[in-house]
Amino acid sequence: MSFLTLEGLSARLKGTDHRLLRKVSLSVAAGEVRGLVGESGAGKSMIGKAILGILPRSVEIVAGSIVLDGVDLQSLSPRERRRKIGASCALIPQDPLTALNPSRRIAPQITDRLVDILGWERKRAEDRALELLGEVHIAEPERVLRSYPHELSGGMRQRILIASAFAAEPKLIVADEPTTALDVTVQKQILKLIGEMQRRHGTALLFVTHDLGVVSKVCQTLSVLYGGMVVEDSDVRSFFAAPGHAYSRALLAASPKYTDPDGSLTPVPDAVIEAVRQEVAAADRTWSHG
Amino acid sequence: MQIFRTLLLRLATTAVTLVGAAVIVFFVIRVVPGNPIAMMLPPGATEDDIRRLTALYGFDKSIPEQFVIWAGGVLSGDFGMSITARQPVLDLVLGRLPATLELSLMALVIAVFIGGVSALTGTRERGTRIEAAIDVSNGMALSVPDFLWGLILVLVFGVAFPIFHISGRITPSLDLPFATNFYLIESVIRLRFDLWLDLVSHMLLPALALAIPLAAIISQLLKQSLKETMHLDYVTLSRTKGYGETHVITREALPNAILPTLTLVGVQFTFLIGGTVIIERLFSYEGLGNMAIDAVINRDLPLIQGIVLLFALIFTGVNLAVDLLYAVLNPRLRHA
Amino acid sequence: MLDGRSLIKRRAGARLWLAGLWLGGLFAAALAAPLIAPQDPLAQDLFLGRMPPFWMAGAEPGYYLGTDSLGRDVLSRILYGARIAFLVAIVAGSLTCLIGAGLGLAAGFLRGWVDLAVSRLIDIWMAFPPVLFAILLIAVMGPGLFSIILAIVVIDWTRFARVVRAEAMAQGAMDYVASAEVAGRSRLSTMIVEILPNVLPTIVVLLTLEMGIAVIVEAILSFVNLSVSTDDPTWGGMIAEGRTSIHQAWWVIVFPLITLFLTVLSFSQLGEGLKDRFDPVLR
Repeated sequence: MSFLTLEGLSARLKGTDHRLLRKVSLSVAAGEVRGLVGESGAGKSMIGKAILGILPRSVEIVAGSIVLDGVDLQSLSPRERRRKIGASCALIPQDPLTALNPSRRIAPQITDRLVDILGWERKRAEDRALELLGEVHIAEPERVLRSYPHELSGGMRQRILIASAFAAEPKLIVADEPTTALDVTVQKQILKLIGEMQRRHGTALLFVTHDLGVVSKVCQTLSVLYGGMVVEDSDVRSFFAAPGHAYSRALLAASPKYTDPDGSLTPVPDAVIEAVRQEVAAADRTWSHG
Repeated sequence: MQIFRTLLLRLATTAVTLVGAAVIVFFVIRVVPGNPIAMMLPPGATEDDIRRLTALYGFDKSIPEQFVIWAGGVLSGDFGMSITARQPVLDLVLGRLPATLELSLMALVIAVFIGGVSALTGTRERGTRIEAAIDVSNGMALSVPDFLWGLILVLVFGVAFPIFHISGRITPSLDLPFATNFYLIESVIRLRFDLWLDLVSHMLLPALALAIPLAAIISQLLKQSLKETMHLDYVTLSRTKGYGETHVITREALPNAILPTLTLVGVQFTFLIGGTVIIERLFSYEGLGNMAIDAVINRDLPLIQGIVLLFALIFTGVNLAVDLLYAVLNPRLRHA
Repeated sequence: MLDGRSLIKRRAGARLWLAGLWLGGLFAAALAAPLIAPQDPLAQDLFLGRMPPFWMAGAEPGYYLGTDSLGRDVLSRILYGARIAFLVAIVAGSLTCLIGAGLGLAAGFLRGWVDLAVSRLIDIWMAFPPVLFAILLIAVMGPGLFSIILAIVVIDWTRFARVVRAEAMAQGAMDYVASAEVAGRSRLSTMIVEILPNVLPTIVVLLTLEMGIAVIVEAILSFVNLSVSTDDPTWGGMIAEGRTSIHQAWWVIVFPLITLFLTVLSFSQLGEGLKDRFDPVLR
């Protein structure tokens, strides 16, 4: 039984015909780590946002369902939906420099959900925060909890955001390009840390990234997106052995770590792009007829 | 250490400003053509009257000498004697100051309330007709100064729907048990809510007139910085935690959006205090501004000097206070 | 689908036109006041005191907007009052602009001791309540049109100086200024040839706003009885006079108030509209 199921999710720019998601279906089982891969604009972040209920106001869902833990989110009132998401999901954001509120200390930014949404006592929530900072290898956690974000380094802040995401023991975490904004050296540590935390807590993880290298290290399954449409859904091992879709093969060939080290990088060929575009258009036609 | 030096520098410029203000007030009255004594006296005064008065107020000395004497007096708390009231200027001015302070603060509270609520509502309802309506009313409120809003309020609430008083500070026939001139505050302390209500129904319209432009400025600025903040990642992150829009705006966005608004509101608050001069006149409110206009009409030079100087002191004081508040509220400065 | 932003945008254009229409119409009416005013604005007739406007019972023919307590025609006084309002707006506005913008430009571009002196002066000016300052100046100089104009210039030059100084400073830091100087241009000619045209839109906007402010300051001064003279028809004077008979004859205060309100609003909308037009980001 999967924890999260998307069924034919379609979204568009409000009031226009501009489609952003095209009948996206995917599922994440409890404890599963799924990569969501695609070039920028493929809609991978949009899916994460749709699940967490933070789509921009200009985007509307026009069809399909998001079922979380057996509950169709669309059937809930906005308030119930927020509570449901807040209690069972969490986000590891992309840019640690802007994802912590500069005017609040660290401690309440980790504990607020526990206290306000889950109704924990403050003391218990603070003990939990201390424990979590230990888990993400932060020295002097007491001092860090009393600090303001600007007093901490980018890597440190990303660790805090990871700790915060795991605080309420969510069933699902959406990691939205969590290493893109970091230095290359820090990237590896953070990636390792996310994997470590995921295994310790057994949380399902939806890993949004454009980097197939990251996917091969962290994920068990993956969905490849193009133009807001899932073009391939596969487990990681068979994908890297033999990608099923032409676009996936091209994407893989264009990724630096998976081409022959001596060979040059092959950008995704125009013919492949054209083919996948046709596919998207075909899907659009069936969409408007059905 | 850095903050300490900034503070000292700030205090020094404030002092320079105050001294400059004192010099200008003093010389405007004396350097501009026309004999101040002749202006003070009623028509038909004799040469002898003029000479006596000139000596009494020290106008027979040279202007720099006069300034030194006056400045010395001011520094020791002696602002001279009012010509019309024949009382020390300081007593008169301090007697009226509470009325003006209460009016200004009430206007500030109203402005912050209206401006804050409309900024938060506009942010919540961004992109809708409600926000458009807020923008249009802000534009209107800012296009027209407090004096005209005061007149309109007089017509609408004083005449067409006479629910508030349009003249005075308190109903004159009431017995006043007050020991200070802070009537509004004292009425609360003494639990005399009947008097409090009477005061408020006198003060509400003038305070509202003063508050309307400031409320619009607060609404505009705060809404703009709130909307900029709403795109930021920490606001989005807070949404995923299960919080509703209102909480997200007030708890996450507001603390960060409020700082840029605050500095501008400080300057605008001094404009509001300056506005009390004409608004008090319009509503016959017995405050400092009304006294100032009387003093000007009666050519009571010592009193004018005293009032203008006090206003300058309040203005620079407010600006200083805002700077300090900014330093206290901004965690980045506090720990720098 | 009606988007709030486009709604405002469209209204902004309409507002600009309405404001221009009102100001243009009023200006023409002010110029033509001797020709179109139905009555002599100064003629008193105590038998015609507090006559209501034309649509009410008891109105006197020929006195369209009623009369004040001295029997003077409200409409004619509003028209003649517009002459004074526009005179003050144009003369005081331009002089304030000239002096304030000049000082601001010099301070912002030349920097050094000029900037130091101007900035200090601005600080000191900001410490005075403007209305009180104006009243004080009028009291010292004596009432009259000249005093009003001078008072407005003296109290309001900082509005221009502050903004223009900041703009000139920003422009002065740009590359084109440096290259002009490398090309051998003097500081003064750089200021006038390179900087001034770039701050001119701001100055025009401020000037429009200042005209509205000048109108209101004149009204305030005549309201406290320190303007031209008590007999000359000014809007502020009419409002002050109407304030005393507000319960008996509302029209004495309401019509000049509406005129004043629309005029001040129009100047301000015109200024804001021009600001939007000039601002490349908003355009």
